[in-house]
Amino acid sequence: MKRVSLVLTLAVAAGLSAQAASAQTLKTVKDRGMLSCGVSQGLPGFSSPDDKGNWTGLDVDVCRAVAAAVFNDATKVKFVPLSAKDRFTALQSGEIDVLSRNTTWTLSRDTSLGANFTGVTYYDGQGFLVKKSLKVNSALELNSASVCVQTGTTTEQNLADYFKGNNMKYEVIAFASADETVKAYESGRCDVFTSDVSQLYAERLKLANPADHVVLPEVISKEPLGPMVRHGDDQWFDIVKWTLFAMLDAEELGVTQKNVDEMAKSDKPELKRAFGTDGNLGEQLGLTKDWVSRIVKAVGNYGEAFDRNVGAGSKLGIARGLNNLWNKGGIQYAPPIR
Amino acid sequence: MAIEPREPPSQLLPRLQRALGGRAGWSGFVIQILFVAVLAWIAYEIVANARANLQAQRITAGFGFLANTAGFDVSQHLIPYSGSDSYTRVFLVGLLNTLLVSVIGIFFATLIGFIVALGRLSPNWLLSKIATGYVELIRNLPLLFQILFWYLAVLAALPNPRQSISIFDRFFLSNRGLVIPKPIGEPGFEPFAIALVVAIIVAIGLWRYSRQALFDSGKVIKVWPYALGLLIGLPLISALIFGAPVMFEVPVLKGFNFAGGSRVIPEFVALTLALSTYTAAFIAEIVRAGILSVHKGQMEAGSSLGLQRGSVLRLIVIPQAMRVILPPLTNQYLNLTKNSSLAVAIGYPDLVSVFAGTTLSQTGQAIEIIGITMGVYLLISLITSAVMSFYGWRLGRSLGNS
Repeated sequence: MKRVSLVLTLAVAAGLSAQAASAQTLKTVKDRGMLSCGVSQGLPGFSSPDDKGNWTGLDVDVCRAVAAAVFNDATKVKFVPLSAKDRFTALQSGEIDVLSRNTTWTLSRDTSLGANFTGVTYYDGQGFLVKKSLKVNSALELNSASVCVQTGTTTEQNLADYFKGNNMKYEVIAFASADETVKAYESGRCDVFTSDVSQLYAERLKLANPADHVVLPEVISKEPLGPMVRHGDDQWFDIVKWTLFAMLDAEELGVTQKNVDEMAKSDKPELKRAFGTDGNLGEQLGLTKDWVSRIVKAVGNYGEAFDRNVGAGSKLGIARGLNNLWNKGGIQYAPPIR
Repeated sequence: MAIEPREPPSQLLPRLQRALGGRAGWSGFVIQILFVAVLAWIAYEIVANARANLQAQRITAGFGFLANTAGFDVSQHLIPYSGSDSYTRVFLVGLLNTLLVSVIGIFFATLIGFIVALGRLSPNWLLSKIATGYVELIRNLPLLFQILFWYLAVLAALPNPRQSISIFDRFFLSNRGLVIPKPIGEPGFEPFAIALVVAIIVAIGLWRYSRQALFDSGKVIKVWPYALGLLIGLPLISALIFGAPVMFEVPVLKGFNFAGGSRVIPEFVALTLALSTYTAAFIAEIVRAGILSVHKGQMEAGSSLGLQRGSVLRLIVIPQAMRVILPPLTNQYLNLTKNSSLAVAIGYPDLVSVFAGTTLSQTGQAIEIIGITMGVYLLISLITSAVMSFYGWRLGRSLGNS
């Protein structure tokens, strides 16, 4: 009897691994009736749950937009909180359909993980948070400091490069989750907490006295953050990629959550193409003709999502800066919908 | 007519049949072969499938990444390490950190465990209640919680480096850890070391001689004053002739941290403390059970010979109790080693943290890295239990029931 059950267990294991690589993500998602979206374990502004378990944030809105485009229902998303080091494994194994978890786009991640970045939701860079009482004005004064960092991120390597490049010594203490990192920084284990600048602003809000801490002016790296999907399913890759582009194009065209219904009736050719009253661009993607209005109705255009989550309309109050549209002084630029 | 003694029938074939097929005989043998073949086929399918899927998704596979540059730093390394070293080096650094915390944790857990067990069995009411309280408190709280408690409680209690607690201006205690003067070898080091080793060997010889004399003729020879004299005297003479063996590099506060000296990081202290106190609670119960398993008459016999309670325990009870203690004690040692992987929660750079954590997420080669890490833990555990089995075998032999 024991032997039989062992054989069965192994057979099930073999069967499971056989169906891992599937190129039909859209069909899988539709059959499941739910989008499975990998997010952070709680990063205000990007992805964090409230006391009722509702997720909000810029990264969350990307997944909600994909769900809106597929199901016309932005609530059909299952959010899977992932630590920095577990995120890629979850995507590779098929546990999640989209990884939207403030992940930096790098060459090695794009090529060796069996996954692709679909675009840039937020142009970020790495910075340093220190206590004001240390009276440090520049990152170049941090020689011999102890630095707290979250493990499994590009941050650790940037840190090593920066201190080595400037001939400074430091001690690194790496923690598994952002919360533990911040706790250690707060308890005085380290002088500096380093991470992406947006994250520093977000974590500073969690500290007992946010005003006692300051983000240093140096930005030591390029951190383009974006969603990822698995290799080998170009249709799904296109859907996630164009969902973000649709949000950016909507802002550029002046389509907002409020005026989306009026704009849908407009005669302007670019609006007619976007809203599917002319042509069937949405269907070419494998979606419906009204995919853009579904997305904008659910989460608004990119500018609205930005303001609500991390920008002027949020607690973080981060300026648009690089993340403004290309024609407004930033570098967010989406290809046209045509 | 002489009667030929009858040859016993050959037992070879039935024996072989039983050895290969168990009670079921040849048919059992065939079933076993089939079963192994099915297992091998399933294992092959799993490996081939994983490989095909990795290739289809174009996920890099293989062990080539081990030679790549790691590019990140580690707070505690027992061997020289910098960010420009390879992932193989990271692996070694993490492995040594795991072994360090395990060996030191096992030592203290055993020590505390035996003390608490003896305390719990002590006729002293207060002592036995304190020991009971310790066991019940510690073993009923989750380990991760205890690790975090020691880490955050200890950190919160300590001052920052600029206000560190200094002991004779040589030792400094702060929330960056304990900084101690670092010994640096001088020319006098080698003769000093040789003198020390010679002294230790002679002292062991003296002790053995006195024990032999005790067993052979019942004579008690006091050797410890000579041994002590040798242990202190010989190295001292060498130091007087060849000069001081080591110089101490005194740490000084420079910038944010201390420069010079060696440092014990708080992550290490918290983890060792939590692991050894936690495991000690279990070891205490195992030791207590072992001692109680020795018949009461042994204790009374020892006392009636006029031995002190301590001597009875040491010479009569504990050696017999060890037979019962050893197997579950090995379990606890293995648990402690494996539990050390919780280090990742407080930023201690053990194998799981730097290799199965940072290295994995930088290279993305989960299957290879988890495979290596699992193999290493298996190897450490097997070596530990082999050592304990060997000790148990020797113990059984000396107790005369091998």
